[in-house]
Amino acid sequence: MAARTDTQFETSVSPGLLPLPPAFDWAARAFIRHPTFGMTSHKPLFSSPDWRRRALLGALAAAPALPAWAQFRVEVSGVGLRQLPIALPVFRGEDGAPQKISAIVRADLERSGQFRVVDSGSDAMDETTRPDMAVWRQRSADSLAGGSIARLGDGRFDVRFRLWDVVRNQDLGGQGYVVPQADLRLAAHKIADYIYEKLTGEKGIFSTRLAYVTKGGSRYTLWVADSDGENAQAALSSPESIISPTWSPNGAQLAYVSFEARKPVIYVHDVATGRRRLLANFKGSNSAPAWSPDGRSLAVTLSRDGGSQLYLISAGGGEPRRLTQSPSIDTEPVFSPDGASIYFVSDRGGAPQIYRMPAGGGAAQRVTFSGGYNVSPAISPDGRYLAYVSRTGGYKLHVMELASGSVAAVTDTAEDENPSFAPNSRLIVYATRQGGRDVLMTTTLDGKIKARLAGQGGDIREPSWGPFQR
Amino acid sequence: MIKRVLMVAALAVVLAGCGSNVKLDEPPAGSGATGTTNGAGAGTQGAGQSTVTQVQAGTPGADAQGPVGVGRVILFDFDSFTVKPEYQGLIDQHARFLQANRGRSVSLEGNTDERGSREYNLALGQKRAEAVRRALTLVGASDAQIEAVSFGEEKPAVAGSSEEAYSQNRRVELRYR
Repeated sequence: MAARTDTQFETSVSPGLLPLPPAFDWAARAFIRHPTFGMTSHKPLFSSPDWRRRALLGALAAAPALPAWAQFRVEVSGVGLRQLPIALPVFRGEDGAPQKISAIVRADLERSGQFRVVDSGSDAMDETTRPDMAVWRQRSADSLAGGSIARLGDGRFDVRFRLWDVVRNQDLGGQGYVVPQADLRLAAHKIADYIYEKLTGEKGIFSTRLAYVTKGGSRYTLWVADSDGENAQAALSSPESIISPTWSPNGAQLAYVSFEARKPVIYVHDVATGRRRLLANFKGSNSAPAWSPDGRSLAVTLSRDGGSQLYLISAGGGEPRRLTQSPSIDTEPVFSPDGASIYFVSDRGGAPQIYRMPAGGGAAQRVTFSGGYNVSPAISPDGRYLAYVSRTGGYKLHVMELASGSVAAVTDTAEDENPSFAPNSRLIVYATRQGGRDVLMTTTLDGKIKARLAGQGGDIREPSWGPFQR
Repeated sequence: MIKRVLMVAALAVVLAGCGSNVKLDEPPAGSGATGTTNGAGAGTQGAGQSTVTQVQAGTPGADAQGPVGVGRVILFDFDSFTVKPEYQGLIDQHARFLQANRGRSVSLEGNTDERGSREYNLALGQKRAEAVRRALTLVGASDAQIEAVSFGEEKPAVAGSSEEAYSQNRRVELRYR
């Protein structure tokens, strides 16, 4: 596949396809290059025109479309109060590229609930185009993003884009990324993040990652996927169940509970290398890992002293320190973002409710009061909201504003499980059943915009939303 | 500086194949300290920072022989964590077997039905396993031979979402090692 595409590039280049030179003075633009996203060099990308690339672009646009790209299965429901209309024409060169960049960007922005993508017509454009804003205003777009993708001689791809404010006729800047094929979707998500941040003023979460678990036949698989559920890669495959995956604050590791030893034990697993370490394998059950915000320790549930109680254990392993001393069940700990408190589930009052205590242990205060079964707490990274599952004629995702204590059910499904906040606190991912299928959904905190995520078919559960990428 | 190193590493492996499989030696066994169980393969191959390396977990060992002709499953009522009197004979026989075979040990695997949170169900299954552990030690079995663990809702005996399936899944299984 890659070889064939390469051949097309090489053989299709002809001088007749050379486009016009860039209309702008590129050296003066705020174009910033991110060769691998890890590094920012503040050197203008187009300090000199790259004619060879222009030629490749032209060739790409002329090449016949390749078949069988993965179809997007993002289904958005609900309507936001205010959605920004944006035009996202197909990127130049996209038809011959391994990923449809503009389609990924479009799905990202739509899933956020804050954008409405308007018809772009059939005009070809890219980041070098000087758009006629009158035309785009007529299509009722408030903003416009165009770009290009080109394969480089070394096999990597050069992805570039530019964003315009149509209403104010203003250039909002752009970016370029040179990436291996495996990171093309990441480049698309970075573009969506850029657009989202420029137009909403808040950081985008599209380039973050999700972890989740599927059961297929008798096999359990822990997956790491893009924030849209696509591009899933297996991190662990096991004949026994895997539950409670949770990302380390630096986004490099997952802690999870594995039953592969015929009992629940906790691993810490570096997803890039596959190296993993047994964190807790004490007598009895070991479960419910929760990272402290500084990544140095984890709160866990152990039954080593009889009964499920909370302990704190160093991320490097070692002897755990007991945090709760109760004759009841204490489990599902989660740190507040400032690291000062731990929220957890306890049945000390006779039924499972959510409590809060100091992170070092001590007196606990009850947090949930309505309903007889409130479990699986998650705290938004901004510290303002508590998401949890409440049994109220079915198991439903609820969101509490912590300052006021006001609570709202945000779904109309009845088997919601395991909420996890996006790092910008604007979306929650959770598992549920919809139409007889296990699915992962995202919802805005007010429940108005929901999207079913793509991903592996079959039994899908236990989502965990990773942090902002470095 | 670290970013620069990462960048160079990422560029160096651009055309290398996708994730390599790392084989685990053995699943963790026994209890106690933490440690490294998998060092095989540094996993430096892969293209780009999105790449994930897959690990295959091993298969747990088979069930060992316990007392012959004695039941190994104790069922519980809904929302109950009490060993019913009808199981006292079964408990006595297992306790006697453990007393007579000090080198043997048994795992008590608590289970729940599928309703509710997986982690909370894990804790409920643990509560059932602890109840059986107390019943065994009460009639003379040594705590050192017993490990109470939980599968929560992860290993139902009967598939399905009926009350009949649920009643078979609220259980503790005794598994000898």
